[in-house]
Amino acid sequence: MSVTLAYSILFYVATVTLVAGLAYRIYTYAKTPAPLKIATTPAPTTRAGVAYRLAREVVLFESLFKATKWTWLFGWAFHFGMLLVLLRHLRYFTDTPWFWVNLIQPFGIYAGFVMLLGLFGLWARRFLVDRVRYISSPSDHLMLLLLIGIAASGLLMKFVSHTDIVGVKNFAIGLMEFNFQPMPESPILMVHLGLVAVLMIIFPFSKLLHAAGVFFSPTRNQVDNPREVRHVADWAKDAE
Amino acid sequence: MAAAKFDTPELKDIPVIPAIQEGVMAHSSPFIAKPEHQEPLGFPGELVDNWQQVALDKMEDLTHKYRSFKVYLDSCVKCGACTDKCHYFLGTADPKNMPVARQDLLRKVYRRYFTLAGKFFPKLVGAVDLTKEVLDDWYSYFHQCSQCRRCSVFCPYGIDTAEISMAAREILDTVGVGQKYCNEIIAKLYKIGNNLGLPEPALVDTLEGLEEDVEEETGVAVKYPVDIEGADVLVVTPSADFFAEPHIDGLIGYGKVFHQAGINWTLSSYASEAANFGMFIGSYDNMKQVALRIRKAALDLGVKRIVVGECGHAWRVAYSFWNTLAGPFDFLDPNYPVPQHIIEVTHDLIKRGALNLDPSANDEHRVTFHDSCNVARATRMGNMPGGQFILPREVIKASVNHFYDMAPETIHENTFCCGGGGGLLTDDLMELRVKGAMPRMQALDELVREHDVNYLAAICAICKSQFTKTLPYYNFPMDMIGSVHGLVSNAIQLGTKE
Repeated sequence: MSVTLAYSILFYVATVTLVAGLAYRIYTYAKTPAPLKIATTPAPTTRAGVAYRLAREVVLFESLFKATKWTWLFGWAFHFGMLLVLLRHLRYFTDTPWFWVNLIQPFGIYAGFVMLLGLFGLWARRFLVDRVRYISSPSDHLMLLLLIGIAASGLLMKFVSHTDIVGVKNFAIGLMEFNFQPMPESPILMVHLGLVAVLMIIFPFSKLLHAAGVFFSPTRNQVDNPREVRHVADWAKDAE
Repeated sequence: MAAAKFDTPELKDIPVIPAIQEGVMAHSSPFIAKPEHQEPLGFPGELVDNWQQVALDKMEDLTHKYRSFKVYLDSCVKCGACTDKCHYFLGTADPKNMPVARQDLLRKVYRRYFTLAGKFFPKLVGAVDLTKEVLDDWYSYFHQCSQCRRCSVFCPYGIDTAEISMAAREILDTVGVGQKYCNEIIAKLYKIGNNLGLPEPALVDTLEGLEEDVEEETGVAVKYPVDIEGADVLVVTPSADFFAEPHIDGLIGYGKVFHQAGINWTLSSYASEAANFGMFIGSYDNMKQVALRIRKAALDLGVKRIVVGECGHAWRVAYSFWNTLAGPFDFLDPNYPVPQHIIEVTHDLIKRGALNLDPSANDEHRVTFHDSCNVARATRMGNMPGGQFILPREVIKASVNHFYDMAPETIHENTFCCGGGGGLLTDDLMELRVKGAMPRMQALDELVREHDVNYLAAICAICKSQFTKTLPYYNFPMDMIGSVHGLVSNAIQLGTKE
């Protein structure tokens, strides 16, 4: 069986798992009622205020910043680095990259190092801080290793052993358009793509769900207006 | 019962995060509820035979009923942001008192039975079977959580350990392992009408005595009325206000405020209790049943407004949950918020110049304010976010000349719990209560050293009772704790506004 076929199947499976798994999670979160108003105050008293609060949480990691500066620094560096890297990767999925993808391209390349630095920082504290060591399970370590593997293999292809970028791009676009093109047979690329697929598959089953969960957290997404607006869940209506 | 020996934590010059000491608080668990405490609440009297299945069924039920529970079990990434935020961890060093580890006691079982990863790779993700040891751990450590929600402020996902702890206690109650203190109180409330088991004649008697005392002291006939039909305002306050020190000074203050403002008010002997321990045990049904008493009292007496006295969790239930549980309150006067906090009433009257306050009457007091956790992190006062921090301070500052705030990282939404909230205000948990009070004592100690502060004002009955007991452990006088309305009571110039 060719490498192309194996990776093609792998990526279809990974994509379906990721999308369907996440959609199912989001569906269950959305349909589970929040029977009581439990916003952590001081909380906004309007929907717009809640959107702003959530935006600060998602973009700036505001609560984490309040909690611990080191974890915030490493966590934010990792996530922001990863965001730039991901956006940069759009060039492999579009025939002519959008202008803004070209614009961030130079930053996106080095963002991989920022991402890696953040990940090592996060990993270090799982060993060095007794409290974090206590709460870490093997999966917490493996998740970090997986991301470190992805970032490191990506950087290797960029800075050490170049991969046939045009070939990668053809393969990727081919996958999207069901017009299969051969995948370049580079061991580092195979590692890189393999780990990415694993990450996509475990995403909906792991703590990576925090990405969806943060939007559904009642303490953060509720408007502080219980005196003004009556708030009753469907299952509680039966007991009225 | 002979009290177990334990050491009171030492107050350091600067706060220190302790190194973890596994299992040091494993021995701490409250008395178990007897059948007569359990059954009136709708729970089995003792551990049921098929408790594992019952517990897992309840857990599944809760994941369908509470989005908070479901999302919080799934979303934690073990970042550690909360690990040094719990007063019980800071005071005991037991790692299971770190919010994430406390949640994990339950999350590990959830993973094992309700997630693919935990079903197939339990070791990998730290999933465990529900054994009797796990159940015992739940009983110990979910009764070492005061549901103060400090951790939820710092969690990047807003994970609220209080929600997990309430769910855990509901599961425990459902299998027949309830906590005596909470459940006995709720049972008493159903039977007699308040947490203390104070019957109507005793209440009337107490308030008559109070009227005599106040008149003797001030020369003014301030009324403390009960069951007055057609009064404008129904006051619902913790029953500790009727006789405990320093709570009663608060009640005296409410009466003086109403008197000077000319507001016609009453207490209700039927709903002579603001506390709603249904919240502490996470039981929606019991919380609703307790809340409905207030609605009935307001309807029976035909009042236009409901005002809640100085009580933290009672204010949370009133502010956040009454409308849901016992509303709509469309029979009340829409010109006032429903319900209203006594601080909001007094604050409004001060702003409108309706009260004559002489702060020099409190000149012997050098005052600081303890933000009670349920008020600070679960409610609001006034119409702007954060009003719950501003209004009480403005009321205090109008009543005293010497006011100092504790360190910013220990007040407002960052406030430290008194150590006795969430249904832990019971003598069988004294070690936990003393150790849990440590971070608050630390911040207080700093002010005592720097500003000779000698009065810790609070607006929560549990804080007041807890500090009365725990202050002496840290070599502070027990009467250092006082009501905010105790200060108002001293400052108000009766007879000048008739």
